Amino acid sequence: MPAKGATTEMIEAPVQEPRELNGGDGSVRVELVSRTFATRRGPVQALAGMSLRAAPHEVVAVVGPSGCGKTTLLELICGLQQPDSGRVQAAAAALMPQRDLLLPWLSALDNAGLALRARGVSREEARTAAAPWLERFGLGRFETTRPAELSGGMRQRVSFLRTLLAGKPVLALDEPFAALDAITRQEMHGWLGHVLESEPRTVILVTHDVEEAVIVADRVVVMSPRPGRAVAEIDVTLPRPRRRTDPAVVELREKALGALGVEP
Amino acid sequence: MSRVRQAWPAALLLVALIGIWELYVDLHGDTFSLILPAPHQVAKALYTDRGLLWSNFLVTAKEVLLGILLATAVGVVLAVAIHFSPTVRRAVYPLVVASQAVPVVVFAPVLAFWLGFGLLPKLAVIALVSFFSIVVTTTAGFAMVDPDLIKLMRTFDASRLRTFRHVELPTALPGVFTGVKIAVAVSVIGAVFAEWNGSNSGLGYVILQSLPQLLAARGVAAVVILSVFAIALFSLLALAERIALPWAYHDREERA
Repeated sequence: MPAKGATTEMIEAPVQEPRELNGGDGSVRVELVSRTFATRRGPVQALAGMSLRAAPHEVVAVVGPSGCGKTTLLELICGLQQPDSGRVQAAAAALMPQRDLLLPWLSALDNAGLALRARGVSREEARTAAAPWLERFGLGRFETTRPAELSGGMRQRVSFLRTLLAGKPVLALDEPFAALDAITRQEMHGWLGHVLESEPRTVILVTHDVEEAVIVADRVVVMSPRPGRAVAEIDVTLPRPRRRTDPAVVELREKALGALGVEP
Repeated sequence: MSRVRQAWPAALLLVALIGIWELYVDLHGDTFSLILPAPHQVAKALYTDRGLLWSNFLVTAKEVLLGILLATAVGVVLAVAIHFSPTVRRAVYPLVVASQAVPVVVFAPVLAFWLGFGLLPKLAVIALVSFFSIVVTTTAGFAMVDPDLIKLMRTFDASRLRTFRHVELPTALPGVFTGVKIAVAVSVIGAVFAEWNGSNSGLGYVILQSLPQLLAARGVAAVVILSVFAIALFSLLALAERIALPWAYHDREERA
């Protein structure tokens, strides 16, 4: 295996050709975007006049009820879909899907390096680049382990690393911790904050867990039921690490729940 | 150890069936045994005709192995084309299905006319009867690719080809193995039929020659060899799959 920390600069791989209306600095701007899908039972409007902004290196959490168009929003930001109306102006974004979607035939190391392989980097180079990161993420002993033998928390860390190694300024995280048990989820919240401290990225974190949003994000955007649009924005200026039981966290959580229409 | 224990029911059933067969033939007298030889006669033929059976087995085994290779190549290429292009799917799939409805008896003389009496027409017949399962299961394997993985690869700027290589092809590999395993049994039948049309060697030829010569025991001995060969090939493929795609087994064992 390669020497630890040998090619750490791989992470800063050049962001390839800018998308239309590129926010090259890592910012994200979604302005009054609407999106309707044709389904068998007629058109379904996922988003109606949704707006969202994220400054470079800002962590924005998007919370909303199930089916409010959160995943559609992420796909618009990632350029996987185009809006029917409105504007999406975003730096290149890499997705972290809801289920970890690790490839069962690859080791943890090769899964972590998938984004590099996708760009045509050789297997050896991808391993050399990913190995020090696996070490840093506390998975150094699991390089050759296949996903089926990793715990849920470890799988999510590999999945996050895979997205991080795509080298994009924006990370689009789609309910990344929803499938984890409560204790592991809390650990992951602390861990994510820690990672972003040393590897700042613009993060759009979609979640239905209001508490998760308040603990992880700089700002929380609350969405309405479908068709989704932003109904409230809550700045979270509390210092990190944040604790669930902190009265200020509880207060913001109640505020967000109120905006969602949930009575305290 | 547990494997040996698991094999007991199959062994008992086999012994019981052979016993019933032996009794049935013995009760019907010597003339009947010219039509259906008793197991002890088959065993005797396996021993006395071993030289003849072995040399002809080698001919058929070669045909079957090469035929399966050809079928796998054709089947996988077709499945990939079907996977990539809905137009190809609509154009090719009905013909692939129709090809299975053509009786080999009709086809074989034409193949002999085109390809002569050597190895090639046999390979063509074997591939024709066995490529179908490979196309179907490989196509099903491609259909199991998670659409979210394709989206993920797109946000990683993967080209269509790299997405295919890193995500789609490995997902479909268990499907390829399933198709080839099904093809093994069919291909043996295909080889016998192919040898019935223009050949002078192979176990199919032995069967064809034995029956009119009232050497039914030799014919059934050839069938026994073909069956054992099919079982051996199938087991070998299952083993190869376990070694090549351990991850595909791991999940199943976890659930068990």
